[in-house]
Amino acid sequence: MKKFIFIFLINIFSITNLSALIEVDITRGNLDPLPIAISPLHVDIKSEKYKDLNVKELGDKISGIIEKNFRNTGLFNPLKKDAFVQKPDIAHLKPRFEDWRLIKAQALVTGKLLISSDKLKVEFRLWDLAAAQEMTALAFTTTPSNWRRVAHIISDKIYERLTGEEGYFDTRIIYVAESGPKTQRIKKLAIMDQDGFNTKYLTLGNELVLTPRFNPTNQMVTYMSYFRNMPRVYLLDIETGTQEVVGNFPGMTFAPRFSPDGKKIIMSFAKDGNSDIFTMDLETRLVERITEHSSIDTSPSFSPDGKFIAFNSDRSGLQQIYVMRSDGSNVKRITFGKGIYGTPVWSPRGDLIAFTKMHKGKFFIGVMRIDGTGERLLTENYYQEAPSWSPNGRVLVFYRETKSGNKGEGFSAKLWSIDITGYNERRLLTKTDASDPSWSSLLSK
Amino acid sequence: MTLKSNLKNILLVIFTTLLLSACSTAKKSGDIDGDVYTGKETVEYLAAGVPDRVFFATNKSSLTTASRATLRKQATFLRKNKKLNVVIEGHADERGTREYNLALGERRANAARDYLMTYGISGKRLSVISYGKEKPVNPKSSPIAWSQNRRSVTVKVN
Repeated sequence: MKKFIFIFLINIFSITNLSALIEVDITRGNLDPLPIAISPLHVDIKSEKYKDLNVKELGDKISGIIEKNFRNTGLFNPLKKDAFVQKPDIAHLKPRFEDWRLIKAQALVTGKLLISSDKLKVEFRLWDLAAAQEMTALAFTTTPSNWRRVAHIISDKIYERLTGEEGYFDTRIIYVAESGPKTQRIKKLAIMDQDGFNTKYLTLGNELVLTPRFNPTNQMVTYMSYFRNMPRVYLLDIETGTQEVVGNFPGMTFAPRFSPDGKKIIMSFAKDGNSDIFTMDLETRLVERITEHSSIDTSPSFSPDGKFIAFNSDRSGLQQIYVMRSDGSNVKRITFGKGIYGTPVWSPRGDLIAFTKMHKGKFFIGVMRIDGTGERLLTENYYQEAPSWSPNGRVLVFYRETKSGNKGEGFSAKLWSIDITGYNERRLLTKTDASDPSWSSLLSK
Repeated sequence: MTLKSNLKNILLVIFTTLLLSACSTAKKSGDIDGDVYTGKETVEYLAAGVPDRVFFATNKSSLTTASRATLRKQATFLRKNKKLNVVIEGHADERGTREYNLALGERRANAARDYLMTYGISGKRLSVISYGKEKPVNPKSSPIAWSQNRRSVTVKVN
């Protein structure tokens, strides 16, 4: 199911042409999104139906997913299809560039698909309309049930070509699905595609589960569970469903995350009123103490090169963010602003730390450089926390809770995302209330 | 005339309601000292006169004079009931990050446990669990509710 075969179809144009082509600047908030026309994929009909798939509709559906992905970035403005000037199959062969330019499109996506001998074959082309040339052409072959992923992979390829950065569409988000009244919340591990589709529940809700996080290959998840009323860190294999306890110390283990090489889990261990940070090697099961302090040390997060750890501690009196070497040496406080700081998470690029800040009864999600300078608060609300990075380090997902009345009415917990530019804040649709999101890396890399 | 007197009555009712609600608000804010809850709402009892919980200030795990008095009552009760074991649940309010609150709840529960141990209760009878902010007793988003949720609760195991 996971295997994709990439076939590079065409690569006609020489690299010297590239500088003339359109580019999207994603480092600033984009107030003038790039108009892009995403033509429905032409469907080469061998059969109308493939199992429960309506093949005829697939071209529209795939282009619809690409369109939604692009609209959600805030960087692109996908144009309305009723203004389109060419049939999908003809446009895919050779667009009439001047006609597409008339509807103010700057880029055009065309494609076609067919299902034959139990395989879905999809190809697409990205065209620069001003320069009147093809920018990218790719073809994919996969099992037909994977059609949504094909749409996400195509989106990633286009995003990459137009922005010069990796995309984040062929990804999943693991989170905690919540239901029931505030005083008796039922919580389950849930996983979905980044666009909210294909939700699957990984636990039944019999015990409280919190803070799931992916390993670098997205096959394993570490999380905290109150199974048998013993709060411990667990490891879950998503494919097999196998669960095992990894932080089985007498006390509580919590706040787990993987090391960037996936070999260790870093977590907090609380005993006798004190929480410190430890790592466990998953192969040797060797446990190593990283911090030793009478304060609360928790929410550890490795730098992507594995050399440093950010965490929060109240050793100064209130919760603040610290950075240390991965052996626990050289501890330095990096937050000195007004308010208290928690949940540091190192960006996949290594240049920024995302955090939660609490100040004057408000909660903020922000980013700062790894030495604590350049703090930028991206969003303010009644309650929000736990940012997690998109794999390209451009977007944060987090959860937000609303105020509730006497009986807990009005309470909700939802997932939101925001660009690190501070623009493009939007809600991620989930089937239930949701919290503790963790963004996977790109599934097909 | 009837209309007038009706109006008068309505106004009177409204006025009294306002007065009463003002009174009840005043009474409620009287249930907080600093920001530690001192009232009786939500409190249950291990036995007559033995409250099951103590309350904490925001981000703190230190025991107030009132909390220590409550815990001494619990210690007396536990000395009298030698076969009884308890679990001390530590909790935090909803105004903090989840992971930090788990640690804070653990610290609060241990503050209560340590105090019971200084009054002669064996640590073997006193287990601890933190729920962080996961199990609020009062679901409201208000300072009073938060103060009721910042608590450690002693629960009979057997």
